[in-house]
Amino acid sequence: MSILGQRVLRTEDPKFLTSGASYVADLDLPGALSVAYVRSPVAHALVRSVDLDAARRAPGVVAVFAGADVDAGPMPAEAPGAPAAMRRPLLARERVRFVGEPVAAVVATSRAAAVDAAEAVVVDYEPLPAVVEPEAALAGEDLLFPEAGTNLVVEMDFGRTDAFFDGCEVVVRQRIVNQRVAPCPLEVRAAAARVQADGRVTYWVSTQAPHSARDTVAACLGLDKAEVHVVTPDVGGGFGAKIGSYPEEVFVAWLARRLGRPVRWVETRSESMLGLGHGRAQVQEVEVGGRRDGTILAYRLDVVQDAGAYPSVGALLPFFTRMMATGVYRIERAEFRSRTVVTNTTPVVAYRGAGRPEATAAIERAVDLFAAELGLDPAEVRRRNLVPPDAFPYTTPTGTVYDSGDYRRDLDLALERAGYAALRAEQAARRAEGATRQLGIGLSTYVEVTNGLPGGEWGSVEVLPSGRATVLAGTSPHGQGHATAFAMLAADATGLAIEDIDVRTGDTDLVPRGGGTMGSRSLQTGGIAVRQAAETLVEQARRLAAELLEAAPDDVVHDASTGSFSVAGSPTTARSWAELAAAAAERADWGRLQAEADFTPPGPTFPFGAHVVVVEVDTETGQVQLRRVVAVDDAGALLNPLLAEGQVHGGIAQGVAQALLEEVRYDAEGNPLTANLADYPFVSATELPSFELSHTETPTPRNPLGVKGIGESGTIGATPAVQNAVVDALAHLGVRHLDMPARPERIWEAVRASSGTTSR
Amino acid sequence: MIPAAFEYRRVHTVEDAVAQLGELGDDAKLLAGGHSLLPLMRLRLATPAVVVDIGRVEGLSYVRDEGDQVAIGALTRHRDVEISPVLREMVPLLAHAASQVGDPQVRHRGTIGGSLAHGDPASDLPAVVLALGGTLVAQGPGGRREIPAGEFFTGFLETALEPGEVLVEVRVPASPGGWSFQKFNRRAQDWAIVGVAAVRRNGSSGVALVNMGSTPVRARATEEALASGASVADAAALAAEGLDPPADLNASPEFRAHLARVLVRRALEEAGG
Repeated sequence: MSILGQRVLRTEDPKFLTSGASYVADLDLPGALSVAYVRSPVAHALVRSVDLDAARRAPGVVAVFAGADVDAGPMPAEAPGAPAAMRRPLLARERVRFVGEPVAAVVATSRAAAVDAAEAVVVDYEPLPAVVEPEAALAGEDLLFPEAGTNLVVEMDFGRTDAFFDGCEVVVRQRIVNQRVAPCPLEVRAAAARVQADGRVTYWVSTQAPHSARDTVAACLGLDKAEVHVVTPDVGGGFGAKIGSYPEEVFVAWLARRLGRPVRWVETRSESMLGLGHGRAQVQEVEVGGRRDGTILAYRLDVVQDAGAYPSVGALLPFFTRMMATGVYRIERAEFRSRTVVTNTTPVVAYRGAGRPEATAAIERAVDLFAAELGLDPAEVRRRNLVPPDAFPYTTPTGTVYDSGDYRRDLDLALERAGYAALRAEQAARRAEGATRQLGIGLSTYVEVTNGLPGGEWGSVEVLPSGRATVLAGTSPHGQGHATAFAMLAADATGLAIEDIDVRTGDTDLVPRGGGTMGSRSLQTGGIAVRQAAETLVEQARRLAAELLEAAPDDVVHDASTGSFSVAGSPTTARSWAELAAAAAERADWGRLQAEADFTPPGPTFPFGAHVVVVEVDTETGQVQLRRVVAVDDAGALLNPLLAEGQVHGGIAQGVAQALLEEVRYDAEGNPLTANLADYPFVSATELPSFELSHTETPTPRNPLGVKGIGESGTIGATPAVQNAVVDALAHLGVRHLDMPARPERIWEAVRASSGTTSR
Repeated sequence: MIPAAFEYRRVHTVEDAVAQLGELGDDAKLLAGGHSLLPLMRLRLATPAVVVDIGRVEGLSYVRDEGDQVAIGALTRHRDVEISPVLREMVPLLAHAASQVGDPQVRHRGTIGGSLAHGDPASDLPAVVLALGGTLVAQGPGGRREIPAGEFFTGFLETALEPGEVLVEVRVPASPGGWSFQKFNRRAQDWAIVGVAAVRRNGSSGVALVNMGSTPVRARATEEALASGASVADAAALAAEGLDPPADLNASPEFRAHLARVLVRRALEEAGG
């Protein structure tokens, strides 16, 4: 029986659960200096002067630098089409553009000394008006980059038709804020660098993409890529926010070269809340039109994307929003426009889903608004409009080609598992009795894009004379379980035991090329590459075994259950992997028993599913209690259901958190109000019920294993289901929409506004 | 975050603590469980020159049945208050409220004396002791004195403790009758957005509110209405009367006042007559 599809326990966990992982902060770097950054306390200002003298005299200080001292950077452009003037310097120079932007760096013999001395740096700021709201940025009265002449970073406008809603009996419109959230990986950002004897720079960084980190450091410092060696130790979460490089990280490499000593920077949580990129941050106008029978005919989505102070990956999120704007529905007409602007806030980056949760939230709210307007059951309106299973491959009106799906099946399964009819009956009963705690039932039927950007991945498998195998891959895990998944793929192809396979990633000297781990791409790119490398290796081993056994390669049988090669009909002649590797090592024409592969899929894949969420809302206090999350997810063929469920669990938790709790907030001057985990309500286990998970498996034709990605389905599917459930609980009181998060006061206000009564 | 540099001194007796405070004045802060002081120091909102650690002072962690009241040592941790059989029987409101403070880590480190001496209007236990009509015992250079809870909380993070005084004991009357603790927050580990502690016995009522002003406060209008025979609903409607609740990310003053009215009604209904 194949190991694929089995609930194989994570091989990573014994280490994480016992001795612990090794993060950048844990690296043994004798003599390493510590860096502390002096950060702007104002959102928008001209920097009149930076006085470093007192800091230079502080105990333990080795060097202090301001922006004018730095002959490196700026950061490479991450958002194609963005004005060149918007590129980010390593340290701010004449202008600061968000609270938390580094202005100076203090290097000292200890972290405490660096932090103390940083307080002695005196910066003279001349405040400028802060642009905080993206819609204000669009108006363009105050500019972050006067030399660019605009706050607009990039625009995608596919035109607007006056007659767009002709033929629609009903048109519903809503402004929706998909609020800014903080990714909050448990491991904050960290980087370290050391110049080696040969002049190369070794650069350790907590990242999702080591090769692009290497390229960024090389570009900023004017080095050849070969002069930079990136090593990624264990990474304690990234959620998209560690895809790109940050100035504070790159600057560590500059410091190591400038000072000739190893240098390390590990940020605090308070710094991370300001410096690590934020996610989401879209203001959406949705319009949906259709017939009174529930048929949707036309959908228009107009997005203003907040990129924060410097355009990064966040500037591109609308690209993904557009790809799946019409969701799982067959809608004849769709129009999309997006405008990305800069504001005096922390830069926006990718966050678990990156543009796709925003798309799903918009269309799933729109469908519920449409159903409510018509007085129809939202489940029924969804059924009426789903793309049917025989329509695949299906081309959406925004030009995306969905690979495979059976949306109706997953919706029906989720409703059945939830006991939908009984829930509606209980809801009706509570409404009839005027209960204080009302029941809300929220649906979300979603499709998403995994591996959404072009590109492939490299993988390699080598068997050593010891009998152990090494798998290398260009992907770079940070919690997903690749060591388990990729070992399963290699074990299944070769017959080696999983425990005899070491999976290594995140070292640019070992791994020649790689895209990294993001966008739920790793299994369908890196995993397939490893699989193909393993299959190639088996054929190589077959040839070597044939030489040793003096047989024709076609007569050599590979027994994948034992990992041995023998001549057909003569099992006693079997050669093990270890024997073959030893033989290869002795033969000049072989040397190593190793194979590699590059796999580039023909396009993205489109996982889908249906989530049903049940909440109780206290109509007096606005308190929301999450009662149930019923999720049916389909990510194609499942390699390891245990890993898939882990991904779904974490994603749902983060989706619930966005729907109910989390929001990064600023005051009108751009001062952050949620800069630590006391003020920013990170979700905890207490707020979450046990999730009720199911999977269906609809393979994709876009890779040999039929697998899609599952890393982000939770935030994409669950978030709007929770939001819809909260609105549903209050619908009978006249509430038709609530932005996320469902703060108690927001609910109280909505109930008051709808019922026209004041508080009792 | 990394706190500013400070000197650390450990004392083993209350007398030593009092002496240190006398010597150092405003430069010193007492450290007990550390769950209020250390976060402030790590954010550099508090930068004491000397931290005087009283965590190992002996004989300050106890719960004693004294007949009509219970005496609790200031270093008694929240968890020990929560599970004390004496308190569960004699002052169940306090034992229950202690179980709602923060999370398990906080409850195993934080102390009742530290929580009260910090004087945070958003903390649970100050309002509970206020509702119970407790007494706080302070020890200073001149010996011990008793301070009624109603006179203890004087301002935001300010108490009636004199500069050289250490809070050594909390005394609460036995209150085995009806009680309720309503803690309204978004996450279990959070401070209350609004909280209500209520006790009712022999026709008298104690009602105090969490996070409804610059100090923990009694809902006086509610208490007086109940004393003059008002219904629970009518009395609860007065819960925010005369109060000036704060605004923050979770609630406006108006919403806090509304929550206080709803939660006081629920508390009184739960506490019964």
